[in-house]
Amino acid sequence: MKQKIAQRSVQAVIVLIGVVLLTFVMLRIVPGNPIETMMGEHADAATVARMTAEMGLDQPLHRQFFRYLFSVVRGDFGTSYSLGKPVSLLIQSAFGNTLKLALFAALFAWTLGITCGLICAVSKNRLPDRLFMGFSLLGISLPVFMAAMFLQYIFAFKLHWLPISGTDSWKCFILPAIALGWNSAGQVAQMTRTALLETLAEDYIETARAKGLGNAGVLLSHALRNAMLPVLTMMTIQFSSLLSGAVITETVFSINGIGRLMVQAISGRDIPLLQGTSLLATSVVILGSLLADCLYSVLDPRIREES
Amino acid sequence: MEQKTLDVRSLTVCIQTMKGMIRPVNDVSLEVPRGGIVGIVGESGCGKSMTARAVMGLIRYPGKVTGGSVYLEGREITSLPEKERRKLRGAEISMIFQEPMTSLNPVMKVGKQVEEAVLLHTNCSKEEARAKTLDIFREVEIPEAEARYNCYPHQLSGGLRQRVMIAMAAVCRPKLLIADEPTTALDVTVEAQILKLLERLRDAGTGVLLISHSLGIIARVCDYVYVMYAGQIVEQAETEVIFDRPAHPYTRGLLRSVVSLREGAGTLETIPGVVPNLLRLPAGCSFSLRCGMCTERCEKDAPRLLETEPGHKVRCFLAEKEGVR
Repeated sequence: MKQKIAQRSVQAVIVLIGVVLLTFVMLRIVPGNPIETMMGEHADAATVARMTAEMGLDQPLHRQFFRYLFSVVRGDFGTSYSLGKPVSLLIQSAFGNTLKLALFAALFAWTLGITCGLICAVSKNRLPDRLFMGFSLLGISLPVFMAAMFLQYIFAFKLHWLPISGTDSWKCFILPAIALGWNSAGQVAQMTRTALLETLAEDYIETARAKGLGNAGVLLSHALRNAMLPVLTMMTIQFSSLLSGAVITETVFSINGIGRLMVQAISGRDIPLLQGTSLLATSVVILGSLLADCLYSVLDPRIREES
Repeated sequence: MEQKTLDVRSLTVCIQTMKGMIRPVNDVSLEVPRGGIVGIVGESGCGKSMTARAVMGLIRYPGKVTGGSVYLEGREITSLPEKERRKLRGAEISMIFQEPMTSLNPVMKVGKQVEEAVLLHTNCSKEEARAKTLDIFREVEIPEAEARYNCYPHQLSGGLRQRVMIAMAAVCRPKLLIADEPTTALDVTVEAQILKLLERLRDAGTGVLLISHSLGIIARVCDYVYVMYAGQIVEQAETEVIFDRPAHPYTRGLLRSVVSLREGAGTLETIPGVVPNLLRLPAGCSFSLRCGMCTERCEKDAPRLLETEPGHKVRCFLAEKEGVR
């Protein structure tokens, strides 16, 4: 177990370095000069050259890379070209909002998704099943921006129940969380239903019934834990993707999060900011899958053994 | 009259399929005496397991018990509400299954799985339940019971897992134990040990209904045998009688298809064809399509189960004519 975690952590570090290298090289080989973008059309050649030298962009690529890598290890992600502040500071303030949004969205999506999936599996092919599966299909196919605008129109604009945008209170996060989590809820519902139905057909479920357990007992103490294994993997992946920034939701609801920061970085050719945000997104995904692995081992003794 | 643990009368199970209604268990009557091992033998798909599940009350939708009654020590149980039925399952009637590999929950310690049955049916504390579980583990000869208690199913061999299954089924001292092909997935030495365990349970007073497709196993442990074909009992008699003078052509066929090591045993015979599709059963005797001695009458009329000698019943016109041979 410990050995496995150590092994996976080493892998994670290697992947991270790979991602840093890849974003670093890609950002430098795309056409266009970030300094020119930053200074605007009217900058004269001398100033551009001076700025380029100041930022170290005239140095050979490998030297630039190692300098960047070392500063990252020290916790210094550089200074944003467009916003003039340290990237670490910008990410810190944006990540709080993204984290809140992701937590709210995940809470909504998983509670709804697992409950629906459970109801569907238990009432297979009957009315509740058909109804909720229809809903989950809607959840999966409805684009986030549409859900967002619907919710804003009904609950904020017409009914005035919740704020339309912003990050002032926890109430501000309810609508964006629903808009963002809607999709994940649909996926979780369908996955829970399928996994549970598969599990309920297993031989050991028959054994549990033969032992004298009722429906609820069979479901809670035998079926659910086995069925949740694949669902759990999916949920961790979902959570890490929620954490790495929800571009559309953050934009529609004016939330200053990682997603918006990333869009800003791309449009401004802001190399340090872009590198910082993509590094964050990758780390979150890697950490997420590491966590999923650990959880999986805790829940399934067969996997614990393999390592 | 000897005390009956199980008395099944005219049990019928129907399944509504897309193509029509089938009867996997059709008017089956059988008895298990207290402290006796009774066998049901037949090919795959003849309704053996379905009969067992019907007795357990584990027939699931779209299947349904549509007729007959089941008496457990004189008490009718098919008409009991599900809640009452559940109290019997695992306590008074229990069942072990064919596949010990998949019949245990892979993410739960085997000890806990046995303990669950104790906690469900008795008012024991957790400590008492654990002690009972360890006792039954020792009784079914699971070595190092304490250590095995904390094992997960995948850490045990097939034989040990089946012992755990038997422990789970026997821990509440049931009146009836149904063993559905308990040794099919195991190798021969383990098979012998498992059969010994069943005999020990029998000696302790539990009635055992042993389902098998192997006549060898039936011959070894059963006192009385029912032969099933296409959902019906086609012959029943004491084990010795069945092996000594089988009357139904199907039983004879089954006996001839047993591998023999005797000298001059010749070619192994088989019964031609397969169990018929229950949706398209022949009008007369359900075995007529595969029977070497089929007559015109067999194709038109269905034979009844008639007693040819005391304790020996056969569902065949030929046996009716021959009488006691």
